[in-house]
Amino acid sequence: MTARVSRRSFLTTGLVAGGVLIVGLGLDPRRRAGAQSIPGADRFLGKSLAPDAVDSMIAVQRDGSVTIFVGRVDLGTGSRIAMRQIVGEELDVPLERIAMIEGDTALTPNQGGTGGSYGVVRGGVQLRRAAATARQALVGMAAQHLGRPAADLDVVDGVVRARDGSGSVTYGELIGDRAFNLKVDPVAPLKPHDRFRFIGRSLPRPDVPEKVTGHHRYLQDLVLPTMLHARVIRPPALGATLVSVDESSIAGLGGARVVRVQRFLAVVADREWDALRAAGAIKTRWSAGPGLPDHAREFDLMRTGRIERDQEVAKRGDLAALSAPPGGTRTLAASYRWPMQTHGSIGPSCGVADVRADRVTVWSASQNVHGLQNTFARMLGVARDRVRVIYMDGAGSYGANGADDAAAEAVLISKAVGRPVRVQWSRQEEHGLDPKGPAQLLDLRASVDKDGEIAAWETQAWLPIATANLPNIPLLSLDAAGIPQTPGRATGLIYQNIDPPYAMPNLSAVVHWVADAPLRTSPLRAPGKIANTFAVESFTDEIAALARMDPLEFRLRRLSNPRGIEVLKRVATRMGWQPRPSPGPVNRAAAVLTGRGLAYVHYKHEETIVAMGMEVAVERATGRIRVTRVVAAQDCGLMINPDCVQAQLEGNILQTISRTLHEEIVYDRDRVTTVDWSSYPILTFPEVPTLEFELIQRLDQPPLGAGEAASTPVPAALSNAVFDATGVRLRTVPFRPDRVKAALSGRP
Amino acid sequence: MARLTLKVNGASREVESDDPDIPLLYVLRGDLGLTGTHFGCGLAQCGACTVLVDGRAIRSCIAPAQSVAGGQEVVTIEGLGSPERPDALQAAFIAEQAAQCGYCTAGMVMSARALLVQTPRPSEQQVREALAGNLCRCGSHARVIRAVLRAAAPPAGR
Repeated sequence: MTARVSRRSFLTTGLVAGGVLIVGLGLDPRRRAGAQSIPGADRFLGKSLAPDAVDSMIAVQRDGSVTIFVGRVDLGTGSRIAMRQIVGEELDVPLERIAMIEGDTALTPNQGGTGGSYGVVRGGVQLRRAAATARQALVGMAAQHLGRPAADLDVVDGVVRARDGSGSVTYGELIGDRAFNLKVDPVAPLKPHDRFRFIGRSLPRPDVPEKVTGHHRYLQDLVLPTMLHARVIRPPALGATLVSVDESSIAGLGGARVVRVQRFLAVVADREWDALRAAGAIKTRWSAGPGLPDHAREFDLMRTGRIERDQEVAKRGDLAALSAPPGGTRTLAASYRWPMQTHGSIGPSCGVADVRADRVTVWSASQNVHGLQNTFARMLGVARDRVRVIYMDGAGSYGANGADDAAAEAVLISKAVGRPVRVQWSRQEEHGLDPKGPAQLLDLRASVDKDGEIAAWETQAWLPIATANLPNIPLLSLDAAGIPQTPGRATGLIYQNIDPPYAMPNLSAVVHWVADAPLRTSPLRAPGKIANTFAVESFTDEIAALARMDPLEFRLRRLSNPRGIEVLKRVATRMGWQPRPSPGPVNRAAAVLTGRGLAYVHYKHEETIVAMGMEVAVERATGRIRVTRVVAAQDCGLMINPDCVQAQLEGNILQTISRTLHEEIVYDRDRVTTVDWSSYPILTFPEVPTLEFELIQRLDQPPLGAGEAASTPVPAALSNAVFDATGVRLRTVPFRPDRVKAALSGRP
Repeated sequence: MARLTLKVNGASREVESDDPDIPLLYVLRGDLGLTGTHFGCGLAQCGACTVLVDGRAIRSCIAPAQSVAGGQEVVTIEGLGSPERPDALQAAFIAEQAAQCGYCTAGMVMSARALLVQTPRPSEQQVREALAGNLCRCGSHARVIRAVLRAAAPPAGR
């Protein structure tokens, strides 16, 4: 068999028809269920997309199978099973009969981007209401059909039966392939939780078998007929512009050629390796860049930089106890610093686009396909309904990595060459150019009275400002291509949780919104709230230590929310928490110091509640910190699928331990210099601690979200445990060995 | 145009390339359509592209295809099992639900396979060390460790 033949045969099994990838026709339904799109999905084109219409979310086929349309996508988080559990529950349909189409602007309603831990909380709850509405309608139809009152009917596996056995009719017979033409009824009765069959069970995800066997089709694997592989040629300095390109420098490299759109430059080739070789060989000249600020002064520059405005996040009483502390009060002040970090997706971003005269189709791992649809329509000057953006899985993203930029670059190049184009970023591009989780600086002050009460607390945070109401997603390459976009920045809601959750009479929490940031920013998992909770929960520990109080008891005494108290107590019990002030007795002679710490968060003060305890070992000679044990208790309300919730907890914890111990984006005056896994290391298998969980299921409560909250207490629990072990307080992330060693030896 | 003969997943495959240095990864994905092997870094730092060559785990992103064109047995993730018939190791990953985005997973399965060939009953520490060069960003590590240990454990009742 020759390569050409095998490549062709590959193409015939990866057909593309009408914009939908058709993978493996005739495979068993279990496999199909794992794909992001399904065979023949285009038969639904023209269906309702209205956010309040049942038809925009649910279709019932003649054979009784159900298709659900979900705007919020599954990023490896488990919504492919959770959404089926929700719909299967309300409709009483077996889950294997439910197919799911996600993140396709032509087929799924715009439920907003996938983020904020709202996949189930908003997308799933909308779907549940739609399914309940559909069930109510179907039972009504069945009542007419069977000539029985609805109250005498039951639904079993998609069949409506008269309870006395006198007759039955299937969903498929009642509505098959026809529209409901119904608005979602916000008061359609939901199934009571004591009758749940699917919700609350840890059912396996449909995409895992494909993922572990290499059969799962990622965006990076998409091949379209006549598709060209592209690499974007980047300037040596951020913001530098192209002066000239020597096209002869890539002559003979497998037919690779240059594509230039004004000052945006790329190379394309039929084979990916040839595009890559050409990108390495091409000779270009660029202007000097405008220059980046001094990384070593990053936090000073935030403090002294232009402030767009101040925002008061919380205010109670006054700060007299800080400005003029009464006798017997002690005051405390500390600064906490969080560095800029990358999403660190394991697969660099990719985008595939097919720009034609009459329609534009883009395949993207974006977490915001509907946002991209608008952005590309503006960018190309075409009507929005001519642009279709279809989600396909990429490597995990956690916010907004380079996916949106790569998609835009594929659009630019496809338009220029008139063929489908796949843009694949390199590792160096992903680390260097993905929009970053921003640096954050927080100053805290408190005064503590002689009884250990917090007389006053002040938080001042310096955070880079997000641009409100941007009409577009800010994209990397549009400026070079001469395509106007409203300049601006996205960061997510990074000001939340800068104020403590504890009872105290006097509190002020203010954000100074910094006008500039050295690099592009984006929301990165639990945007801002990891750094904010790091500061607040570490500082809470500092106050408890000053008052010589046990950190657990100190928190419990200031909390009134019973759900908050419960998670803390569960962690304490599981850990075998010994009440005593921190630090513990520090053995100055020991080579390895051990300690325990904890932290607490009520995410956004109104969502998921997490308490987290950690045990650490600190090597005195090297400064290396090992997290040996993590115990997390979480109350996120109703859990549709507890195992998927636990997987999110695991991910939150391990990813944030990595960010806390290892990660910092560094740049020189031209560009990011931490552009691979050796200069920007992340957590590895030998470092993974023992993980223990207390998940609180609340079947009678709304779901509160699982994707982010548990990341936020991680750095403070870790820092508090290091303090407990060593008596040294770490306030600047990452806690790298050199920094820890210096702190242990008392050096600044 | 050089012609290379590779033995991949038990079958002899011929590919053509005008670049003798083309890495195995691009031949597997681009020419042979074996897209289960993923590009992660191109620097042998992350392990997403791991395949087996004569039973040993290698990084296909930096291994020239011609270096394995001398009759070596190349095995990719597709050479183990399928979604319908996963092999024992893959079945253990499924049982533990040991993947989130899954992009790094194939490389981990291949590294673990190489470990189990050499060390059928590894300790947890050996599993961790064997996977030290495979990076995961979603945080599936604990499940992956459990999956490998599960695959290595003797079946119940024996």
